[in-house]
Amino acid sequence: MTNPTEIRKKLRRILPRVEKPGRYVGGELNQVVKDWNSVETHFSMVFPDIYDIGVPNLGVMILYEILNNRRDVLCERAYLPWLDMEAELRQSDIPLYSLESFHPLCDFDIIGFSIPYETIYTNVLNVLDLARIPMKSVDRTNTDPLIIAGGHSTFNPEPMSDFIDAFVIGEGEEVINDVVNVYQEWKRSGAERSSLLLKLSQIQGIYVPSMYEVTYHEDGTIDSVHPKHSTIPATVLKRMIPVLPPPPTHFIVPSIGVVHNRIAVEIMRGCTRGCRFCHAGMINRPVRERTVDEIVNSIEEALLNTGYEEISLLSLSSSDYTHISELVSAISERFAGKHLTISLPSLRIESFSVDIIEKLRGSRQGGFTLAPEAATDTMRNRINKPIQTAQLLATVREIYSRGWTTVKLYFMIGQPDETIEDVEAIIKVCKAVIGEGHKLIGKKANLHVGVGTFVPKPHTPFQWASVDDLESIYAKQKLLRDSFKGPGLRFTWTNPKETMLEAALSRGDRRIGEVIYTAWKNGAKFDAWQDQYKYNTWIEAFALCGIDPLFYISRPRGKDEVFPWDHISPGVSRKFLENEFEKSQQGVLTEDCRENCHACGILPIYNDVRRANPGELWLCPEVK
Amino acid sequence: MQRIRIAYNKGVELQYTGNLDMHKVWERTFRRAKLPLAYSQGFHPQPKLQQAAPLPLGFTSKAEILDVWLDTEESIEDISKKIVNTAQPGIVVRSVQAMPVLSEALPNLVNAAVYTIICDEALPRDEIDSRIEDFLSKTNIERERRGKKYDLRPLVRSLSLESEHPMILRMTLSCLPSATGRPEEVLEELEIDPFTVDIERTELALS
Repeated sequence: MTNPTEIRKKLRRILPRVEKPGRYVGGELNQVVKDWNSVETHFSMVFPDIYDIGVPNLGVMILYEILNNRRDVLCERAYLPWLDMEAELRQSDIPLYSLESFHPLCDFDIIGFSIPYETIYTNVLNVLDLARIPMKSVDRTNTDPLIIAGGHSTFNPEPMSDFIDAFVIGEGEEVINDVVNVYQEWKRSGAERSSLLLKLSQIQGIYVPSMYEVTYHEDGTIDSVHPKHSTIPATVLKRMIPVLPPPPTHFIVPSIGVVHNRIAVEIMRGCTRGCRFCHAGMINRPVRERTVDEIVNSIEEALLNTGYEEISLLSLSSSDYTHISELVSAISERFAGKHLTISLPSLRIESFSVDIIEKLRGSRQGGFTLAPEAATDTMRNRINKPIQTAQLLATVREIYSRGWTTVKLYFMIGQPDETIEDVEAIIKVCKAVIGEGHKLIGKKANLHVGVGTFVPKPHTPFQWASVDDLESIYAKQKLLRDSFKGPGLRFTWTNPKETMLEAALSRGDRRIGEVIYTAWKNGAKFDAWQDQYKYNTWIEAFALCGIDPLFYISRPRGKDEVFPWDHISPGVSRKFLENEFEKSQQGVLTEDCRENCHACGILPIYNDVRRANPGELWLCPEVK
Repeated sequence: MQRIRIAYNKGVELQYTGNLDMHKVWERTFRRAKLPLAYSQGFHPQPKLQQAAPLPLGFTSKAEILDVWLDTEESIEDISKKIVNTAQPGIVVRSVQAMPVLSEALPNLVNAAVYTIICDEALPRDEIDSRIEDFLSKTNIERERRGKKYDLRPLVRSLSLESEHPMILRMTLSCLPSATGRPEEVLEELEIDPFTVDIERTELALS
């Protein structure tokens, strides 16, 4: 067996050979190291991408703090090593280890993966392989760790169901403790692994794929998904925390630079806007806010614990936070003049947003980012993000005239029923924006336009829609590329071949598991890294498994089709989504749900919870 | 404003933290300690921190020195206490002393550095002795660093065997802005693989 001492000894010799060795040694401020033998349960939280990206992940930080607050549990971190380090580990026969104690991951009881997006799936397989843990759930025995996973992409768990023993659906803050408790009871009992999986599948918010049977129609669509035991729910309802717990304040402070070096505070969870393409907006309901006091105090505490120079206030739509003015005033009063950078992303397109940012930061470094998503009223109505071009122009005038030189705009192409006129309108709007910049500040004005390609996500009104085809996307991107030329203009876009993979993986069923495995076996990893993505490897993998990716990507779904994710519930009803899809096709808007409840399904499900938690921290109406 | 000089050790936890990142480590230490750093003037104000001599990545040290300018009137005892209490894992503060604000810049004072090298594998005593003797008897050792030719020999002020088992070498190398000796280069001349040793800076000579 490989033990921590041996691992450390071998590492001494390989670390000088790799890029940024600081990624692989832990020892950071605020890491928690407990005596291995003095705790009952050993948990490893894994972010399956490199350290630089994984360390700032807020979800990992939240669960790390919760688990380490338990006396009977230790939680240690692991990330996927970069290619050079992976090669060294394999060459020197070192299994993937945790950064706190250098224990090999296979020594842990539970391994929890954070899976926020689909193009990280092959990395999960690579972690398991480097950790020498049987890749498939079915091959694991009592001596192997329990492998669980959570995060936004697990709202369609099926593509990864071969590899993950149990999925956490929804918010992890409470259920992670339930999982540990059930695990401990099982381990003390000495029973078979199958009894652990059965017990886990009875926890609300836990989905154990091996406990469900999927049957298919002849045309390949799903006939039904049903549990194998009567004690297991037919539909797995997500976990939801009625009142957001205090935010984490003991952030790990890496000793090397990573992508975000900052304190991150979630000011609210969820969004009332109801943009029809937005996965996060549908799965994070109901909308819950933190109080101004709680936010400001947690920043104060986190500053003392970390010494960070940057604070980021996170939410899906910051302008919609009920007490935004009060919050911004409180923050600028408490933290002004201390050489801190405070960022507040996701602002609405209105001049008030410029006021807010101006108040938060003395200097105007960086650009000012807005996301209109679409440029014609027709498309804006379809996606339910109504923004007037005049208002956008008024906002950018404020931005350029108040000292910023760069505006960043995000648009999307490939939404259902998009025409070439809709794409041309993006060009027109952007030219008008940079025109305003030139008028106000001349050649100093910059405009960065990022255009993403739409992927219809599970649990959104667009789940019935198909992805635009490859040729059409290429044509639209060429049109944009050819037009975005001129002083101050910069244009970035996503590789359509990456969009295709994202679509197949996010819309896939459990048959996709074999494709993921085959792609990984043939060298696919770091698929979210543009320079690492191997399109041909994926195409070959689909062919080898006899699966047509277009079945998942390009096929519009019938009203009655059973989706691979239908037995997973984010609380929003299928009926509501269907109604929203119809309204989209008719070009009818649905107003912000703070104005009027549209019965998305949350309140009937969480009726008692809302009644027990009255008041303004939830943005849903009160329940009598 | 006052200027302080911190002498500290850099341990294995920070072995792979480079000099720019060490600046951040210290900035954050002062922010945690609620000791306001003095900032430079201008459009992008920078905190005023000055390290004596950059420590190569992978080395540990018992001889790091840092000058810091603080916007506080607190006593040096209080400042010292705060720094010791909030220092990051991997840093051991040896001393904190007050400095005249306008005295010579720290990097200009550095003259030489002493390194202690612990080798994985020991050579026979007479073998290492003769290699050291050989090295020291030369009047010049021409090498190339980043395409530039230079003479390593005058940069080595002393070189000796400190222990036989484990084999530990000790060398004093010139550490001037224009002429800095690197322990790995000396090791290569001694035909010892630099990837099989642990290097620690044990002394920094100031003039």
